[in-house]
Amino acid sequence: MASIQELENTASQVRRDIVRMVHAVNSGHPGGSLGCADYFTALYFEIMDHSIDFKMNGENEDLCFLSNGHISPVWYSVLARSGYFPIPELKTFRKIDSRLQGHPTTHEGLPGIRIASGSLGQGMSAAVGAAIAKKMNGDNKTVFCLHGDGELQEGQIWEAAMFAAHNKVDNLICTVDYNKRQIDGDTDDVLSLGDLRAKFEAFGWDVMEMDGNNMEATVNGLKAAKAKTGNGQPICILMKTEMGAGVDFMMGSHKWHGVAPNDEQLADALGQLAETAGDY
Amino acid sequence: MAKYEYTEMKDTRSGFGDGLLEAGKRNENVVALCADLTGSLKMNAFKDAFPDRFIQAGIAEANMMGVAAGLTIGGKIPFTGTFANFSTGRVYDQIRQSIAYSNKNVKIAASHAGLTLGEDGATHQILEDIGLMKMLPGMVVINPCDYEQTKAATIAIAEYEGPVYLRFGRPKWPVFTPKNQKFEIGKAVTFQEGNDVTIIATGHCVWESLKAAEDLEAEGLSVEVINIHTIKPLDNEAILKSAAKTGRVVTAEEHQMNGGLGDAVAQLLSRNNPTPMEFVAVNDSFGESGKPEELFEKYGLGKSSIIEAVKRVMKR
Repeated sequence: MASIQELENTASQVRRDIVRMVHAVNSGHPGGSLGCADYFTALYFEIMDHSIDFKMNGENEDLCFLSNGHISPVWYSVLARSGYFPIPELKTFRKIDSRLQGHPTTHEGLPGIRIASGSLGQGMSAAVGAAIAKKMNGDNKTVFCLHGDGELQEGQIWEAAMFAAHNKVDNLICTVDYNKRQIDGDTDDVLSLGDLRAKFEAFGWDVMEMDGNNMEATVNGLKAAKAKTGNGQPICILMKTEMGAGVDFMMGSHKWHGVAPNDEQLADALGQLAETAGDY
Repeated sequence: MAKYEYTEMKDTRSGFGDGLLEAGKRNENVVALCADLTGSLKMNAFKDAFPDRFIQAGIAEANMMGVAAGLTIGGKIPFTGTFANFSTGRVYDQIRQSIAYSNKNVKIAASHAGLTLGEDGATHQILEDIGLMKMLPGMVVINPCDYEQTKAATIAIAEYEGPVYLRFGRPKWPVFTPKNQKFEIGKAVTFQEGNDVTIIATGHCVWESLKAAEDLEAEGLSVEVINIHTIKPLDNEAILKSAAKTGRVVTAEEHQMNGGLGDAVAQLLSRNNPTPMEFVAVNDSFGESGKPEELFEKYGLGKSSIIEAVKRVMKR
């Protein structure tokens, strides 16, 4: 059991990794990655029952899927910091011959990844399939999947949402990174998502809300969601986050969705994030 | 007396349905998903035998492909079932990312492929699916020629680890290959040997090719007929050997000329042993409503078109 302070320290180091990774290759997606640093840290360091001795089938383990694959930096950092692969490998992010591809993939055999994502809207279906396989196998562990909110504009998400509720896939927790921003601007301006709680409820899901940039609230929210499994409904967490959370100049707009900081901006960002576990 | 006789008329989709049931009996990890076409895909026998291993996906093919990919993570061997059009073009990106790139052990079972779907018309008659699927790295592409071969192929792909596209059809068609045959993925079947010309055919065009060969032999030509049921990986050795012997090749398929079996054979031959070729295929056109045999005739896929193609290649 990690304390909230320890988890916050880890999340700070993860945020340092994120900005350093995207700065090093002048590409990647820092905004959403920073926003989800607390979620991933809580999941891997506190919530999930998992083994760093990676097995594709994840038998008797909780599984994590990332549907909005462009926030790969946060996942890579947390996987490395958890021990799935050597931390210095973060240096290879987006470079030639790397296992840390721009978007997550099984193709290069990176431990911790079970399916490719990047083309949006596909992760929920895969997570549902993995959750059904667990039920078929008599495995009572939980499947987690993270989605961007803009990603919910993809039709396949709603096919999967309908399917999961119909089939009572109640070992599934899908979290929406509800930062209300996407590449072209605010989701309300690009293509309004409407009342997400009402939509998921209408589709037959058990919906809860969570502050995804407060570690205590995130841990408690994920624990509460896990306690709701097995009740005949898939679970949706609307996780309120701030794109760019933890780096003041990256917050408050959509413009850091997919832009890397320059040298000065990196120094500024690192000045705001304590180095708690040693930079890679 | 005709050289080739058929035992009965039977649809290749029934070969899939019977093969799926057998694969399900042999391996409890075989599961099936269907997008509201259980009867059309002949999946009812599997559904009745293994209700807990059958998943009704509804009319939501994109999700079905993703769910299938996810099922493989837990060690399942999922077969997805819908029409070829909705098994490929409609869900190309899902197959590309979640199945092919992710190297998931999904078997995409695609029925009602090609013109012989018949009266439903061009919206449903996909003629581009072989091309779409064979372009995906690592995807195995199979188009069997009759009921028995489809059944054997279905059983064989359940035992193969990796993504597979299995294409078959709707109409009753002659059954002329043996019961309980051994199906070897990627291995050509030579139906008859000859020295003047090689006909390389897949799917429903194999029977037409055998009938064409009969007529051509009556005119004094020595015709080799090779059945390529696996378009990818292609049996390079068998094709190169036959082309070297006859020096002339005709391909026949119920597919667009662009992107199909003919393209694959032409690429192989042009790189290794340039050989005069003719192509029996749909020539950059959509289909239309009609009876299968009428459509085969109108779009130039039947016996007479194959005979004409052989005569053209003999003059080159």
